[in-house]
Amino acid sequence: MSIAKRPNPLFRNLNAKIAALPMIATTLLVFLGCSIWTVIYSFSKSRALSLNEFVGFAQYERLFRTSRWLISMENIVIYGVLSLLISFVIGFILAALIDQKIRFEDTFRTIYLYPFALSFIVTGIVWQWILNPSLGIQETVRSWGFENFTFDLIANRGTVLYALLIAGIWQGTGFVMVLMLAGIRGVDREIWNAARVDGIPVWKTYLFVIVPMMRGVMVTTLVIVAAGIVKLYDLVVAMTQGGPGIASEVPAKYVYDFMFARANVGQALAASTVMLTTVLIILIPWVYLEYGKKKAQR
Amino acid sequence: MTVEPYEITQTKPSKSFAIEPSGAKPLRRFNPTRIMLYSVLLVAAVYYLLPLYVMMMTSLKGLPEIRLGNIFAPPVEITFAPWAKAWDTACTGLYCEGLKVGFWNSVKITIPSVVMSITIASVNGYALSNWKFKGSEVFFTILIFGSFIPYQVMLYPLVIVTRELGIFGSLQGVIFIHTIFGMPILTLLFRNYFAALPEELFKAARVDGAGFWGIFLKVLVPMSAPIFVVAVILQVTGIWNDFLFGVIFSGVKNFPMTVQLNNIVNTTQGVKEYNVNMAATLLTGAVPLAVYFFSGRFFVRGVAAGAVKG
Amino acid sequence: MNSISIRDLSLNFGEATVLDQLNLDVAEGEFLVLLGASGCGKSTLLNCIAGLLDLSEGQIIINGKNVTWAEPKDRGIGMVFQSYALYPQMTVRGNLTFGLKNAKVPRDDIEHRVNRAAQMLQIEPLLNRKPGQLSGGQRQRVAIGRALVRDVDVFLFDEPLSNLDAKLRAELRVELKRLHQKLRNTMIYVTHDQVEAMTLADRIAIMRDGVIQQLADPFTIYNQPVNKYVASFIGSPAMNFLDGAYGVDGQPSFTSDTLDIALGRYTFKTRAEDNRPIYLGIRPEHVWVGDAAQEQPFRSDISVEVVEPMGSDTLVWTSLGNQPFHFRMDGQATVNVGDRLPIGFDPVQASLFDKTSEIRL
Repeated sequence: MSIAKRPNPLFRNLNAKIAALPMIATTLLVFLGCSIWTVIYSFSKSRALSLNEFVGFAQYERLFRTSRWLISMENIVIYGVLSLLISFVIGFILAALIDQKIRFEDTFRTIYLYPFALSFIVTGIVWQWILNPSLGIQETVRSWGFENFTFDLIANRGTVLYALLIAGIWQGTGFVMVLMLAGIRGVDREIWNAARVDGIPVWKTYLFVIVPMMRGVMVTTLVIVAAGIVKLYDLVVAMTQGGPGIASEVPAKYVYDFMFARANVGQALAASTVMLTTVLIILIPWVYLEYGKKKAQR
Repeated sequence: MTVEPYEITQTKPSKSFAIEPSGAKPLRRFNPTRIMLYSVLLVAAVYYLLPLYVMMMTSLKGLPEIRLGNIFAPPVEITFAPWAKAWDTACTGLYCEGLKVGFWNSVKITIPSVVMSITIASVNGYALSNWKFKGSEVFFTILIFGSFIPYQVMLYPLVIVTRELGIFGSLQGVIFIHTIFGMPILTLLFRNYFAALPEELFKAARVDGAGFWGIFLKVLVPMSAPIFVVAVILQVTGIWNDFLFGVIFSGVKNFPMTVQLNNIVNTTQGVKEYNVNMAATLLTGAVPLAVYFFSGRFFVRGVAAGAVKG
Repeated sequence: MNSISIRDLSLNFGEATVLDQLNLDVAEGEFLVLLGASGCGKSTLLNCIAGLLDLSEGQIIINGKNVTWAEPKDRGIGMVFQSYALYPQMTVRGNLTFGLKNAKVPRDDIEHRVNRAAQMLQIEPLLNRKPGQLSGGQRQRVAIGRALVRDVDVFLFDEPLSNLDAKLRAELRVELKRLHQKLRNTMIYVTHDQVEAMTLADRIAIMRDGVIQQLADPFTIYNQPVNKYVASFIGSPAMNFLDGAYGVDGQPSFTSDTLDIALGRYTFKTRAEDNRPIYLGIRPEHVWVGDAAQEQPFRSDISVEVVEPMGSDTLVWTSLGNQPFHFRMDGQATVNVGDRLPIGFDPVQASLFDKTSEIRL
């Protein structure tokens, strides 16, 4: 009997490997390579191009002495926490309401989601206009006779962040709602029958039965929304340009400004490395939960 | 519109959206709870629709009427001049040629980017679902987690790379960047879709002597129209709405519509023409909004892609 | 000559061994059924033969050609799948010709082969329809046709009837048998359905945990299962197993607390030692009731506990020597719970298994 030798595994499915080359290159060169490059050169002195003088943590020391950066970090934390909280609560409530066998379900859903199809630039400009203290809502309400009405979030250092929040919520809640709705409807229908037979009120069923069963969707949504918040940039540029003063600066804008406008690349790289670290802090527990669990099941 | 990619099998590729509501049984038509329910939904709808309404009204008013200060009032005298100006003559920094330049730039950026990214990602997704090789899952996992890395982290090295390739500040440059950053979500989308197709179909095609490309082009692609539609919608809206990559990689001549819109609105010199600004904003939002309203469920499936794996 | 030879085939997924050192020869024109519960490796084995899975060890020879690492299309096989796996966007004709076009078969030849297959399977009127417009039975005919047009010597079937309803399944089963009698191709057929296995097979290979337990003709499998697993897998309702010990007190016998069954003319494969714990297996249909029981070497009286009338016959559940026991009666007989009935059987028809190794004695 002739014995066939095992062919070289490298050439098995060669076409598939060739086809996957763009993905492999992107993975290795861009996502890994560029990130590592940034981390390494965040320890360099560089202002513009000569990047080879390494200065240890000097860029980081400077970064955390800069009030603009500290404000940026504070802003993104406050914005992030509130934005997550509000969009999850409203998103879930809207999803639960839409789930009540209502008429015109499609219409309502279409209305809640359409802002998500828009650019942050568009969102920012619209809300800049609506919140404009001299011609927007404030002035409109005053013209109705409420002379002392004040609604000037956007013009105030202390409140401009909430103006961003209103716009951000407007744009992003529909997305959360859609995912929540999918999660709610992914729950076995029998559960509803069981809860009805047991005489549990509808709101309790949602809160104590459905929500815990939606853990997967919740966590995934959380990670996606959170990763999006860290990237927050366009909205600020379009709506407040970081102002008044530096009251609404955010980290992504700090990076961009130092990288391109101020040509201080080392500073920008250090700032982006901090952003990367933040994302990893969000991401790693999630990866650990999702994949650690799968491994344990095996 | 239903999205059933393969009518023969009982398995549905990707847990898409259940059409039936699953909540509690409907109560009687008009009772206090029901009225409350609709009230809340309507109030929310007003909040979501308000900006669109305000944009529309403002863009149709003349400046003197705007200065009267009621953003909710419909125009007394309708004028389309702001629209014409926004499109044709509004100033975007140095030039006063209106948004039309940005519109065509966006078209020139979006179409090739969509085609390139979908072509590459669909082949990747196919290779990952049906032709797994050693390490393929590792690459894929890194790719997906890579999509969570803030773009800022990779920007500067990419500027250097595109500059070395001689495509920094050009249409090719921004297209290249869009292709790269579209890859994670699209690859995930296609991989999940192809993986949910019956494996036996793929086996049958192999027995029938179709090779890697034969199976993809002759068997899988013809039955995957829905997922290509989803991918196109996802990419058209995503790339059209992009600001960051456009402003960095495309070069001043090729700035997409979003960048030009921002320049029109946020330039500091001169009188603020709110009506022109709003017309310009509506024009910029028109393409993704049209895609959104016409595609319905496909868009929903796109945004939920990957997020709801079951 | 052997049509298919499999030598020392092993398949591992990571650390899990799916197929273990498997050897199998299939004669030309033979209808071999791979039978087993889900997860036993039968479909995996079929996929290895088809070349759809790379093996870890071993060799596969089809028609004298070593095809261990050949592409599926180059192995001279045709395959039929459980889900039919028809290309939904192509017509029936497109489905039948796809493989031939890939193989660059001349157009006249394609036409000829398609017509012949369509005629044989009576799907000529369907040629221009899409799979979505066909019923399950029609789809499976097309899928068989797709294997047929390839003009190959070996057909592989992967649970082809499992997705059909019971009536259609019975119909297509007969049709497959006819097809085999006409074509005389080698066929390897994977199923978990023992009726399909018994009715179709020249030989059955019963698999468990990646190992072939017994490879024999249906008659032998039914009457002389090599171990307790095979014995319990084949036959419906399942075989009775009485728990006891082997004894040689003058003559070989099976004994438990309350039972003493002389084994009489039972043919032993291996000698067992005295007092060895064993199972005595007897099929429900080999138990006789009433007058017929009187002629049996072993007789006893039982009291009826549960009655399951099935129409053609009636299943009676009871205990024998304090152990659960069931047997089959004529469907026309009237029995009631609590009735006492005389039963009997012949140990020649029984099977004895060692209690620890579960191997036939």
